[in-house]
Amino acid sequence: MAAVQGGMGDADIKTDIKTEPSADGFGNNNANDGRVLSASPGSSSSTGSNKQTAAVTPEDQQTLLAVLQFLKKNKLSESVEILRREAGLPENSLDPKANESAGAGSGGAAGIVDLEGGDASSLLSRVTGSSSAGAQAPTKAAVAEDQPDVSVVLSAYSQQGDPTLYKVYYRDLKKFIETVLDCHRAELSQVFYPLFVHMYLELVYNNHESEAKAFFEKFSGDQECYYEEDLRILSGLTKKEHMRGNETLLDFRTSKFVLRISRDSYQLLKRHLQERQNNQIWNIIQEHLYIDIFDGMPRSKSQIDAMSGSLAGEAKREANKTKVYYGLLKEPEIELPLDDEDEEAENEEGKPKKKKPKKDSVGSKSKKQDPNAPSQNRIPLPELKDSDKLDKIMYMKEATKRIRLGPDNLPSVCFYTFLNAYQGLTAVDLTDDSSLIAGGFADSTVRVWSVTPKKLRKVKSAADLNLIDKESDDVLERIMDEKTASESKIMYGHSGPVYGISFSPDRNYLLSSSEDGTVRLWSLLTFTCLVAYKGHNYPVWDTQFSPYGYYFVSGGHDRVARLWATDHYQPLRIFSGHLADITCTRFHPNSNYVATGSSDRTIRLWDVLSGNCVRIFTGHKGPIHSLAFSPNGKFLASGATDGRVLLWDIGHGLMVGELKGHTDTIYSLRFSRDGEILASGSMDNTVRLWDAMKAFDDLETDDFTAATGHIHLQDNSQELLLGTYTTKSTPVIHLHFTRRNLLLAAGAFNP
Amino acid sequence: MAEERRQKHCSVVLPTESMKAMAESVGVGQLQEDSCVALSEEVSYRIKEIAQDALKFMHHGKRRKLTTSDIDNALKLKNVEPLYGFQSQEFIPFRFASGGGRELHFYEEKEADLSDIINTPLPRVPLDVSLKAHWLSIEGMQPAIPENPPPATKEQQKAESTEPLKVVKPGQEEEGTIQGKSQGTTTPDGKGKEKGLIRLKPRSTHELSVEQQLYYKEITEACVGSCEAKRAEALQSIATDPGLYQMLPRFSTFISEGVRVNVVQNNLALLIYLMRMVKALMDNPTLYLEKYLHELIPAVVTCIVSKQLCLRPDVDNHWALRDFAARLMAQSCKTFSTTTNNIQSRITKTFTKSWLDDKTQWTTRYGCIAGLAELGSDVIKTLIIPRLAVEGARIKAVMEGPVVSNIDKIGAEHVQSLLLKHCASVIAKLRPQPDNVDQYRTDYGYLGPMLCSHVMKARTQAALQAQQVNRTTLTITQPRPTLSVSQSGLSGSSGPRTPSIIKVPSSLTLMSPRPGTPSQPSPPATKYIVMATSAGAASTQQVITLSSSQSASPVTSTVPSATSTLQPLVKLESGSGAGLTASRPLQKYIVVSLPSSASSSLETKSSVLPTSISSSSLDGGMKLERSESPGASTQSPH
Repeated sequence: MAAVQGGMGDADIKTDIKTEPSADGFGNNNANDGRVLSASPGSSSSTGSNKQTAAVTPEDQQTLLAVLQFLKKNKLSESVEILRREAGLPENSLDPKANESAGAGSGGAAGIVDLEGGDASSLLSRVTGSSSAGAQAPTKAAVAEDQPDVSVVLSAYSQQGDPTLYKVYYRDLKKFIETVLDCHRAELSQVFYPLFVHMYLELVYNNHESEAKAFFEKFSGDQECYYEEDLRILSGLTKKEHMRGNETLLDFRTSKFVLRISRDSYQLLKRHLQERQNNQIWNIIQEHLYIDIFDGMPRSKSQIDAMSGSLAGEAKREANKTKVYYGLLKEPEIELPLDDEDEEAENEEGKPKKKKPKKDSVGSKSKKQDPNAPSQNRIPLPELKDSDKLDKIMYMKEATKRIRLGPDNLPSVCFYTFLNAYQGLTAVDLTDDSSLIAGGFADSTVRVWSVTPKKLRKVKSAADLNLIDKESDDVLERIMDEKTASESKIMYGHSGPVYGISFSPDRNYLLSSSEDGTVRLWSLLTFTCLVAYKGHNYPVWDTQFSPYGYYFVSGGHDRVARLWATDHYQPLRIFSGHLADITCTRFHPNSNYVATGSSDRTIRLWDVLSGNCVRIFTGHKGPIHSLAFSPNGKFLASGATDGRVLLWDIGHGLMVGELKGHTDTIYSLRFSRDGEILASGSMDNTVRLWDAMKAFDDLETDDFTAATGHIHLQDNSQELLLGTYTTKSTPVIHLHFTRRNLLLAAGAFNP
Repeated sequence: MAEERRQKHCSVVLPTESMKAMAESVGVGQLQEDSCVALSEEVSYRIKEIAQDALKFMHHGKRRKLTTSDIDNALKLKNVEPLYGFQSQEFIPFRFASGGGRELHFYEEKEADLSDIINTPLPRVPLDVSLKAHWLSIEGMQPAIPENPPPATKEQQKAESTEPLKVVKPGQEEEGTIQGKSQGTTTPDGKGKEKGLIRLKPRSTHELSVEQQLYYKEITEACVGSCEAKRAEALQSIATDPGLYQMLPRFSTFISEGVRVNVVQNNLALLIYLMRMVKALMDNPTLYLEKYLHELIPAVVTCIVSKQLCLRPDVDNHWALRDFAARLMAQSCKTFSTTTNNIQSRITKTFTKSWLDDKTQWTTRYGCIAGLAELGSDVIKTLIIPRLAVEGARIKAVMEGPVVSNIDKIGAEHVQSLLLKHCASVIAKLRPQPDNVDQYRTDYGYLGPMLCSHVMKARTQAALQAQQVNRTTLTITQPRPTLSVSQSGLSGSSGPRTPSIIKVPSSLTLMSPRPGTPSQPSPPATKYIVMATSAGAASTQQVITLSSSQSASPVTSTVPSATSTLQPLVKLESGSGAGLTASRPLQKYIVVSLPSSASSSLETKSSVLPTSISSSSLDGGMKLERSESPGASTQSPH
C-alpha cells in the first residue's frame, strides 16, 4: 500500500491541469480547454461505479474520505483543510475547485451509480474509496456531488430543433464541404461522422423515430467504412428507452470526439456555419466535439485516415506530450563464468560476491546510463534471488549462441499444434527459457506441458518434506516427488473460459484470467491455485506478469486495467480511461509502463508509478488483440481485428509504420530477441515475418513531424514482409522467440 | 454494397407474428398489435445487443464460429440467466430447407430407441488434448511435410501454368512465399538486383530435395514392384498426399515412358500398374494435372487401343486393362475437357477413325469401342448404334466363317459382348416397349436377336430394381438400418448397367482389393436413401405429394424440400395446440446422401503419412541447434 500512497503524492502538475476544467455537461466550456481525454471524469467514473469496484483502501481511509466529502458539501472548508492536513491526504484528492466544476459534468457518471444501485450516497463512499486507491484524482472529484439521473447526460440532446430540418442541415454542410478547396476537404470531412452520430442521437432522443431512421438511411452510407461497426450498433438504437444503459452511447456522449483540424480549415467551417446561421450544427460542434486546432498545412486524406478510426476520434496532441522513460533498466551485473567446465565451482563462489557489486551498481555506477531510462528504483522491484541469478547466467550464455537474424537470415519456426482441442484453446504462453508451455481452455482448465525431456513434478507432501535432509546440496531436487512426474499437468479452478495466461519470469508461478472475473495465481511447484484475485467482476480478457516478476496487470470487460502485486489481494493501481473492453495488456520491458489495447480501437500507455495515461495511440480500425514492445523499449507494435500491424514510437508518441498483409485478426506479435524481426500470427492461419529493423530505420523523425504528429506513412508493407508461412488450418495464437532466436508458434488445429 | 448491407442491418426486426406466437406459448391470448410492434422492436434491439457481446467472446475465444456458449456468456454479462440445454460445441442444430416459397430453419428431431442406446457399446472417449511440434519453416523455407499445407494450391499451380508470363508485381500475394522460398538459397546481391524490377515468371525448379527423391524412388518402386500391399500404400499416398506437385513432372514422365517401353515388351502387369498410378494421380485433389495431360493421355490411349498388350493375347485378360484405361480416359475427358483443348472431341475422332478402318485388328477395335462407349450414352447413341449392323456383319464373318485364327475369334467375341453390354441399356431407353426379335434383326443385323434379349433383360432388371427399392423404403421404420437399401441395389446390378435410382459402380476385376478407392472411373455416385419413419396415415398434403413423387421417380430433388415443409408445419401446429401432436402420428422422411467412399477414405488416411522428421527430436524443439535441425539437409539440393 505504501506504493500507492507514494504514487498519489507524486502526482505532478499534470494531474492538476486535468482536474481543473473538467468536463461540462452543459456545453458552456470552450473547445480549447486543456482537458486530457484520459482523465475525463465521466468515462473513468462510469467504469468505476458501473462495475462496482471493490473497495481498495483500508476501511478507515474510506470513512475519512467520506467525512471529508460531507464537510465539503456543507461548505465547512476550514474543517476540510484541517482534517485533510491531519490525515495527510494529497491536495488534489479533494481540490474544491475541481470538485465544483466537475460536479456538473459528471452528472452522467453519478447518474449511472443511481441506475445501478439506487442509493447514491451509499455508493458514494465505495466509489470514492476505490478511486482513491487508483490514484485517480478526477474520479473522486467527479463523484463528489451526486446527480440524480442519467437523463442529465442525455438531456444535452433535448434542445429541440425541427426534426425535419436535420437532413437539410446535414446536406447543407455536406454540400459546403464538398465544394471547399481540396486541401481543406479531407480535414473537414472528419466532422461528418461525429456530427452524424450526434444528430442521429438527438433525433432518437426526441422521439422522432421515423426521422431518425430516414436520416440514418440517407447518410450512413457516407461515413468512412471503418466506422461500420459502430454504425451497426447505432442502427439498432431507435428508441429513447434504448439509450439508457447503452454503454457505447454514454461513452460517445461523455467523451468528446476529438478532431484535429488546421486553423485555416477550422476558420472556414466556422465562417460557413455562422453565415448560414446553422446553429444546430454549431451547437453540436461546440458541445460534443473537441477540435484540436493546429497551425500549418492541412493534412491529407491518407494522413487523416491513418490516425482516425477509434471510438472517440484521435488522441489530442497534449495527451502524448508527457515524457516517457522508455529506456531499459540497467541489468544487474553478474559475472559470466567463462569456462563451462568450471561452471559449478564458479557459481558456488560467485554467489556471495555478486550481491555486493550489484547493490553498488544501482544508481551509483551509471556508466552509459540511458538518458531515456527511468531511474533504477522508480518503482520498487523485487530483489534478485540466487535462482534468478543462475537463470540470468543461463540467459547470457544462451544469448551468446543467439543467431543474428535479418532479411537474409530468417528464423526457423517450430510450430506447437494443440490437437484435439475442439476449438477450446483460448490462450497460450511459453516461459522465457521455452521450457514450459501453458494453455488456457474454454472448458475452464489450465494445462501446462513440459516441452523439454524434463518432466513436471510436484513437491512432496508436508510429511515427506520433513524427512528430507535440508542441508544437503541437492535439496531442491530432493523435495520433488518423482512419482508425480508427467509431461503435462491440468489445473482446475476457474469457472469460465480462460482468456489470458502468463508465466512468471522465474517459472514458479502461472497467472490465468478468466471469464469468471478472477485472475488466479498458480504454483508450478505444487500445481495448485494460490490466490484468486477478485476485482474485475466481469470477464478478464488478458493478464501479464511484469518482466521482473512480482507485479502483474490485468484488463477486462469492465474497461479498467488493474496493476496487482502477487502478495496483495487488492490492486495497487487502476488504469481507467478506455471506452470499451480492455482486450490485451502488456508490460514495458522496464516494467515502469503498461500498455493496454482496447475494443475502443485505441492503445494507451500507462505510467505504473502515477497511474496516469501517458500515451494514446489511435489508428486501428478494429479491436486490438495483440501488443508487443520492441526489446529496446522504444517501439510498440499492435495488431487488431482489421488485420493490420501498426508500429508506434513511444518516445515521440507517433505512428511510424503500418504492416498490411494479414487477412484476419492478429492474435500474437513478438519481436525477435534483438529486435530485428517482428513476427505476427493471425487467425488467417499464417505466421508472417517482418523486417523490423528496416521499418524503424526508415523513420523520418524530424522535429516537424514530432511536433505536429503528422505522419507520412509509406506503403512499404511488401518490402518489409520477409516471409509468410501458412499452417494447415491452425490459427496462430501465440508466438515466442527462444533465447537463441528460434521462433516458436502455437495454435490449435481446427479441423 | 456496404451501404445496402447496412441498411439491411437497420431494418431487421423480428416479425410481430413471432411475438404473438411466443405470447401464446406462455399463455397470453390476445396481444394488441401495438404492443406486438413495441415488443418486437425491443426484443430485436436486445437480441442485437447480446449478439454483439457474444461476438466479443468469440473473438477472445479465438474462434471464427459463434457458439451457443458465447451467447450464454453474453447473457451472463447482462445478468440474465443463460439458456440451458443448448450446449453445442460445433454447430447449431438447425437444418435449413426451402420449398413452397418459404424458407425455414428447423430442428431435426430424431427418434431414438432407448434399447438401441443401451445396447450399443459406449462411444470412444474423445481424445485428450495433446501437443505436437513440427517445423513450420526452416531458415525461411517451409518444408514439404504432411503437417504443413501443400506448398502450392491447385489454383496456384493452375495460375502458374496458364498465365506463364504474368507480371508479378511486388505487391502481390505470391511474392511473399516466393521470396521466402528463395531466401535460403539466393545470395544477397542477387536479391538486390531483383528487387524493385518487374519480375517475369520465376524459373520453376524441378529439382527435388533429398527427401523428395527418396520418396519418388520408394513410390515408383512400390507401384511397379511385386508386393501388392506396398503398391496399395503407394497408390494411396499418390492419391492423397498434398505435396506432390513438384514431383508431378517426374511421375508423368515415369508413366509415359513406362507405357512406351512396356507396350513394346508386352508386359501387361506393368501396364496395369501404371494405369493405376494414373488413376491415383487423378484422384489427388491437390494436383493440377492439366499441365501433364500431353504425356498422360497418349499413355492411356495406348493402353486402350494398342494392337497387342500382352505376350499371349489368347489367354491373358488384356481386355480388362482396355476397359479400365477407357474409363480413365472418359474420366479425364469429363474433368479436363475444355473448349480450348477439345480433348473429348479429339479423342472421339481418334477412336472413330481407327474403328472405321477395315484393317483394324480386333483388339484395337475393342479398345476403340470401349473408349467411345465409356464417354456416355450420347456417344453410344450417335456413334455406335448406327454402326451396329456393319459391326455385326463383321463379327458374323469371323464367328461363322472359316476359322482364320483363334485370336480373331476371341476378339470378335469380346467386341460382341462389349457392344451388347453398352448398347442394350441405351437401346432400352431409345426404343418403345414391345421388343420384337425380327424388328431388331432388321435394324441391327446379326447382333439383333442377341440385342433384343439383352434389352429385355435390362428392362426387367430396371423394373425389378425400382420395385425393390420401393419396397425396402416402405419397410424401414428405424433410421438405423440405412445400408440395407444400397446393398440390395448392389446385388441387383451385377449385370449390364441399367438405369436405376441407386447408381452403383459395377465392380472391376482389375482393381486391388483395397476398399478405399472405388474402382469405377466415373465420378463417385451419390447415393440417396429414402426412408420413412413411423409409417402412418399421411395427414398433410405435403406427405401425399411426397409419396407420389417418390413412386414416379424415387429420388428427386423435390423430396428433401417436401420433407422440410412437412416438418415445421407440424411443429407450428404443435405450438398452437398443445394436445394435437400426441394424437397425430407423424411421418418423417429423411433423405440421407451418403458421401462416396472415396472421399471418406481420403479423409481418414490423410494424417497417417510417414513424416520425414521424427517427432521425438522435435519434442525438444528449443534445444535443437541450427546445424542439427533435421531439415537442414533439405537446402543443399536446392
